[in-house]
Amino acid sequence: MASDTKHLEMTLETLVESVNLAEEMCLRVAEAAGFGEDDCYRIGMSVREGVINAFHYGNEERPDKKIHLAVDLTADKMIIHVLDEGAGFKLSDVPDPLAEENLLSTSGRGIFLMRAFMDEFTVVSGRTGGAEIVMSKKLPAPGSASPNGQSGKSATPRQEA
Amino acid sequence: MSLHATHRDAGQVTVVDLSGRIVLGDGSALLRKTIRGLLDDQRKLILLNLADVDYIDSSGIGELVSGYTAVKNQSGDLKLLHLTKKVRDLLQITKLYTVFDVFTDESTALRSFV
Repeated sequence: MASDTKHLEMTLETLVESVNLAEEMCLRVAEAAGFGEDDCYRIGMSVREGVINAFHYGNEERPDKKIHLAVDLTADKMIIHVLDEGAGFKLSDVPDPLAEENLLSTSGRGIFLMRAFMDEFTVVSGRTGGAEIVMSKKLPAPGSASPNGQSGKSATPRQEA
Repeated sequence: MSLHATHRDAGQVTVVDLSGRIVLGDGSALLRKTIRGLLDDQRKLILLNLADVDYIDSSGIGELVSGYTAVKNQSGDLKLLHLTKKVRDLLQITKLYTVFDVFTDESTALRSFV
């Protein structure tokens, strides 16, 4: 790891409350890193969805399992890792929530939202054997955040129609 | 900020005024309980006023869809009113904007149920 990289990590219980905790922690890091309001919203939402995925699908809401959250702040981006202790999954097995037959599905949009809101997104096999979501967002250029906090991409989420 | 819900009758239509976040946990559960309660009372024409809802996650989206399906299955209708920008954007990228009837004016929304 580069010497100018800041690293934070925390182990979370498999609880609903962990979703808010993870979101709040990452939002503080994102704000301190200079991300604007819109990017903070996208980062916070992505962390929520990553931890919800670990809580519900990975750890199957089992309290004996943990959720491992890590944040790396490098010179040019914020990288977030969410690792569960489940059986893992392949991105190719995740149904497309935009497909006509899935539009009225009550679940399955978390991965889609993380992909839409972050610059980079992937899922790898983690050290626990579970799924490890790795996602990142490029840091705003110094002084680029507007008063309402927008930086980088447009405020409107990327459309993938 | 947790979710709060109150409802009022406007003729055959029930307007549900929501405020807060519709997210995994209590927020999604309250939305579900509110819609199921209205259906139990035979109030099947429902207008969700989301003017004060500034945040919905995937669980909240799932609960909106679940409510919509439950109401439709009882030959009712569920429509949305006053979306905030974040919520509108979220419904657009998930293509649910094409599923729900969305209104910016309450009286127009109420007339649409007739």
